[in-house]
Amino acid sequence: MLPELFFGYFAAVIILLSVIVITRRNPVHSVMWMLLLFFHIAGLYLFLNAEFIAAIQVIVYAGAILVLFLFVLLLLNLREELKVKRFVGAWPAGLFITTAILVIVLGAVKSFVPGPAGKYSIEFIKQETHTKALGKLLYTDYLFPFEIASLVLLVAIIGAIVLAKRKTRSK
Amino acid sequence: MTNLTGFIMPDLGPVMPEIVMTCLALLILLSELVIKRKETIAFFSIVSVAIVTYLLAGSTGTTFNGMFIADGYSLFFKLIFMLNVILTVLISVKYIVIEKVNFGEYYSLILFSTLGMMLMASAGDLITLYLGLELMALSTYVLAGFLRHDIKSNEAAMKYFLLGSFASAFLLYGISMIYGLTGTTDLHAISSYISQKGLSGNPVLTLSMIMFAVAFSFKIAAVPFHMWAPDVYEGAPTSVTAFMSVGPKAAGFAVLGRVFLTAFGAARIEWTGILIPIAILTMAVGNIAAISQTNIKRMLAYSSIAHAGYILLGIIAGTSEGMASVLNYLFIYAFMNIGAFAVVIMLRSEGFKGDNISDYEGLAKTHPLAAALMLVFMFSLTGIPPTAGFMGKFYLFMSAVSAGYTWLAVTAVIFSAISAYFYLRIVMYMYMKEPKTAVQLSASPGIALALAITVIAVLLIGVFPSKVISVARIAAGF
Repeated sequence: MLPELFFGYFAAVIILLSVIVITRRNPVHSVMWMLLLFFHIAGLYLFLNAEFIAAIQVIVYAGAILVLFLFVLLLLNLREELKVKRFVGAWPAGLFITTAILVIVLGAVKSFVPGPAGKYSIEFIKQETHTKALGKLLYTDYLFPFEIASLVLLVAIIGAIVLAKRKTRSK
Repeated sequence: MTNLTGFIMPDLGPVMPEIVMTCLALLILLSELVIKRKETIAFFSIVSVAIVTYLLAGSTGTTFNGMFIADGYSLFFKLIFMLNVILTVLISVKYIVIEKVNFGEYYSLILFSTLGMMLMASAGDLITLYLGLELMALSTYVLAGFLRHDIKSNEAAMKYFLLGSFASAFLLYGISMIYGLTGTTDLHAISSYISQKGLSGNPVLTLSMIMFAVAFSFKIAAVPFHMWAPDVYEGAPTSVTAFMSVGPKAAGFAVLGRVFLTAFGAARIEWTGILIPIAILTMAVGNIAAISQTNIKRMLAYSSIAHAGYILLGIIAGTSEGMASVLNYLFIYAFMNIGAFAVVIMLRSEGFKGDNISDYEGLAKTHPLAAALMLVFMFSLTGIPPTAGFMGKFYLFMSAVSAGYTWLAVTAVIFSAISAYFYLRIVMYMYMKEPKTAVQLSASPGIALALAITVIAVLLIGVFPSKVISVARIAAGF
């Protein structure tokens, strides 16, 4: 009973907070609500016995990325932003489609049969410790995807520089 | 303990072309510091692609525990990607000077995007597939917004980025469902688990296949996930549009074919039920919406949507013959579509946009050669013999008929007849109207070479189609 309650609380609050984040008029308020949202997601990770990911979630998302968001927002002219309408006119259609998807997903989930459990059980992780198990996997079995991920980050940096830093109409 | 992890260095042979491609793309990125003439960088990127193509032939096999598969199927797709880069670079050299965005990063981003496509074609694992897709997409988003001072280009990049991230979210949702259901992300393991446990028909599996179909439909611009295409194709630099209309689309089909035929092979009845409506809608909306366009880039965007619909027929057929006709068509499509875009690019000159369909009025009088080339590409896109487009469509529709989807093939032929209206309208404008404005052509050796390659290929494959389709048949036998 307790796990269900715990999960139910976090899931419900996450949905509620997401709605609050997108409906706030002031972007700074949105970011603040998002901070709370990220903490709840970290809570969900804790609940799944993924302490390392929970810590990373707090440090990277709540700590670093949101602070950057705030910096950018403070550089913008928020007075203009406050007058802009939050949603486009077609939002009822969007709401309808999302509700339909939700109903379909809820209907399908009933027949879900979990696949076979892998070797990374909670006991195994407890014995190995999180960082060690994760690091080992990333640098052995998942070495290839790990390298591709590094390229994705590189392209993101190049892209940011090309789009934001390059002088326009040079030459 | 000597070896802490029991890690054995995987065989790097099959992945060698990708490794070399990465190194060369990084070199080209750095070379901009020392090389001031951008044409030299363009030349180097073509040389790098040639080196990678040379390496492709000798690199086959599976490595990284099945995460990377280099087989005939991926090889054929990679050849299309290489071709795409060469033709795009050739048509870009002069164009990006005219647009005043002559930066070296342009070429390295094209190479990185192609690297992402290569990884997608070779992905044997959903994680590799996803990361390859992101690498491809991220580079293309930046390329779409390369004209920083142009508001339409900004809009294109923004729309492409937002909707692309949305599609990625769907893909990840689908992957997470499959992982929960089967406990693995390996495509072959998923396939054997599904047939072992008799999971086909399970609603969660079907739902996850829908999620995959949504994400891949976005990449190939299939209806109803095509909304981004016209705006992005119109706003992006024309050379990038040419690149996007072939590369990411082919890569989308590569993963669509591999995932649906390999991993979901046992659940074929379900996914054909998902793909058939998408294919019909795509052909209908693409061809009908193209009729009312006044901007040639938008028209070609709708045309590329319609072509995605035709190609889906080969996937729906589900046979190796169907897959062979998909490969064959994508190969032909690369030539005819980039050829058409090369003509569009030629009309762009200093202070003249040249992307309205009315700009083509009387082109045959002022520039007969350019008009004749456009005529060939328009005929090929319509599917009129003796051009390659006809043979491509012929094999696609034949594969659908022999798989028992005669009615679908008939529908496709009807829509393809509708498409004649807007393709031949350009021909009519060029040959039967008087020129209104004096259109200046901005030709360059690069574009001339690209046009020569594409027009020769379109005519040659149209007359002697057996060579390409027989290679495609060998490649599709996975």
